[in-house]
Amino acid sequence: MDKIISFPQVGNYYVPINYLFSHISNCKVLIPPKITNKTVELGSKYSPDFVCTPFKYTLGTLIESLNMGSNTLIQLGGGCRYGYYAELQDKILTDLGYNFKLYNLVIGGYIDTKRIYKIMKEINPKIKKFKSLYHLFITIKMVKYMDLIDDYIRKNIGFEVEKDSFKNEYENMLKEFSNVKGYIHLKKIYKKYKKRIKKIKINKPDNVIKIGIIGELYTLMEPFANYNIEYNLASKNIEITRFTNATYLLFKKSKKVDKYLKKLKNIKYRMGADAVDNIYYSKYLCEKNYDGVIHIKSSFCTPEIGNMSIINNICKSYNVPVIFFSFDTSTSDVGIETRLEAFCDMLEMRKKI
Amino acid sequence: LNQCYLGVDIGSISTKGVIIDSNYNILDSEYIWTEGNPKEAVKILINKLKIPEGYVLKGIGTTGSARKLIGLMLDANVIKNEITAHAYGTLNFYPECKTILEIGGQDSKIIMIRNGIITDYAMNTLCAAGTGSFLSSQAKRLGIDIENFGDIALKSSKPVKIAARCTVFAESDLIHKAQLGYSKEDIVAGLCKSIVLNYLNNVAKGKKLESPIVFQGGVSKNKGVIKYFKEILGCDIIVDNNSHLMGAIGIAILSSKQRSDKIYNLKINEIDFITKANECNGCSNNCELLRIFKNNKLIDTWGSKCGKY
Repeated sequence: MDKIISFPQVGNYYVPINYLFSHISNCKVLIPPKITNKTVELGSKYSPDFVCTPFKYTLGTLIESLNMGSNTLIQLGGGCRYGYYAELQDKILTDLGYNFKLYNLVIGGYIDTKRIYKIMKEINPKIKKFKSLYHLFITIKMVKYMDLIDDYIRKNIGFEVEKDSFKNEYENMLKEFSNVKGYIHLKKIYKKYKKRIKKIKINKPDNVIKIGIIGELYTLMEPFANYNIEYNLASKNIEITRFTNATYLLFKKSKKVDKYLKKLKNIKYRMGADAVDNIYYSKYLCEKNYDGVIHIKSSFCTPEIGNMSIINNICKSYNVPVIFFSFDTSTSDVGIETRLEAFCDMLEMRKKI
Repeated sequence: LNQCYLGVDIGSISTKGVIIDSNYNILDSEYIWTEGNPKEAVKILINKLKIPEGYVLKGIGTTGSARKLIGLMLDANVIKNEITAHAYGTLNFYPECKTILEIGGQDSKIIMIRNGIITDYAMNTLCAAGTGSFLSSQAKRLGIDIENFGDIALKSSKPVKIAARCTVFAESDLIHKAQLGYSKEDIVAGLCKSIVLNYLNNVAKGKKLESPIVFQGGVSKNKGVIKYFKEILGCDIIVDNNSHLMGAIGIAILSSKQRSDKIYNLKINEIDFITKANECNGCSNNCELLRIFKNNKLIDTWGSKCGKY
C-alpha cells in the first residue's frame, strides 16, 4: 500500500509542511482541506466535550484527510495537554475503524531530531540524511520568511488603501512558495514579495491604536479558531502585534522562556503552555505604551487557572486595558463582536483624551 | 424647525425607544416587550413613539443585541454596541459617575469610568447567571408577577442562602428551600441577594467599585436587588427613573453627534421587511445565510464566512 501523508491544519503553515514531507518522504502528500464548519462538526462529534478546541479542530482535519484517502498521519505534540493529543486521537481514530498509522513528531514539547529522523526513516526507508537536512533547512527558512512577512502585514493591513491588496499578494507568495526549487529560488521569491508587499499603498496616520495579541498557541495561530479576530481588528483600523508564531515556538521559545523567567522577578516556575511568555509579553506591551492587550485562548485552557489573573494585575498596574477571549467550537460571533467593538470604542475614547 | 433624534435599544427581553432633542432632553419614550420578535417589536415601538410638533428627525441610532438588523431596517446612521451606548447615556445625566452596573435580560455588564471616559468594562461570559431572565423565570416558577418581585423581597428580613455561582445550582437550591418550608418572601429576597452576589463574583470580578455608582438595566427596577447592592457594597447607589432607557438615550446621543443632512421619517408600516434564512452549499462551511429583503429587494446577506456575499 502506498503511503499518503497528511497532517493537521494550522494557519498557512501547510505550505512549508507540505514542502518538507513531499521532498523527504518520497510519498504522496495530501494537503488537508482548510478548516470549515464541517471539520469542527466532525471533530466535536468524536471528541470529549470538555477537551480544548485544538483537539477538536485537529481531530476533524485528520478525519477529513483519512476520508480523502490518506493513511499516514503526522501530529506534533506541544508543551501543554496538546502533547498527549496524538495518542488519544490515534485511539479514537482506530476505534472509528480507520486503517492508518499516526506519528507524533514532538513528544513532551521537545524537538528530538534523532527521533524525528528515525520516524522519517520508517516512513521512507530510502531517506538520504544530507538531502533531508537541506530540505529541512529550506522548510525552516520558509517558515521564517512567512512569519516575517506576516508581522509586517499585521501591522499595516488595517490601513490598506485598496481592499484585499495585502491578502492577494500574500496568497500569490504562498503559491510560489509551494513550487520552490531550492534555497536560492526561495530567497528570490521572498525578496520579490517583500518588496512588493512593502510597496502596497497604505494610509496610516501617526497616532494609530496599537493592540498586542497574546494567548495560547493554536487558537492564536489558526484564524478559524479565533473567529478571524486579527482581520476583524484590522478592519477597525488598528495596528496589531503578535509574538507567537511557528518561528517562535519551534526555534526561540525554549531559550527565551528562561530569559523571561529571570526578568520577571516574581514568577519562578514555568506554568505550562505559553503562560510565562504571555506574562512577559503583557508587561512588555504595557511598557511599550500599547493601547490595549487582547488575550485569546481556547476554553478549558491552562491560563484559566494560571496566568490570566497575573496578566490582569500587570495591565491594571500600568493602567492598560486588557480583554480575555475564550473560544469554544460554538461561541456566538455576535457576542464576540459586541465585546470587541466595545473594547475598541473604549481604546479610541481613551486615546482622544 | 428643531432637531430631534431617535434611539432604539432592542434587547432580548424588552425593546426601548426614546426621542431626544439636541439638548438631550427626552421628548418621548416607550418600553415594550420584545417577545422574541425584534422586527415586530420595533414596528409597534415606532408606531407608539411620536415626534412632537415643530421637530424634524435628524438621526436614528440602534443598539442592543438586534442592533444590526434593526439598524438596517430603520436605515440608522449609528449602530453601536450597548456598552458604549450605556456609558454615553449615563454620562449625560451623571457626569461624575465612576461605575455603572447594568443588568439586563441576557447579559450583565460593569463599566468603569474615570474623568468622563470609559477606562474598563466587563461583561458576563458564557453563562446567563445573574441576569434578568433568571429572575423572571424564577418569578414564574413561584407564581409571582415580576413587577411585584422587589416589593415582596423587601418584606423579608432573613433572606435564605442561595448558591450564587451558577443559575442551575441556584435553581436547585431554591426548590430545595421551598420544599423545606421557607416562606416565599425569604426565598424571593434570597434570590435578589444571589443575583447581587453572582454579579459581583462573576462580572465585577476583583474590580474596584468606586462611587458614585449608577445602577441600570431592567433589573434596576427591582427594589430588592437595589437593597442588597447597597447592603453588600456599603454605599449608596443611584437609580435613575429612566434607568431602563439609558442605552436608548445613549445611542440617540451618539446619533446626534454624527451629523447628517438626511431627514428621517417614521413611516415604517409602509416598508415591507423580510428576512429569509438558508444554507449555502458552496463549500463545506455550510454557512447559515440570512438574506434581508426590503420591499422585495435584496439589500444584504449576512453570515457568510468567505465573503462571497
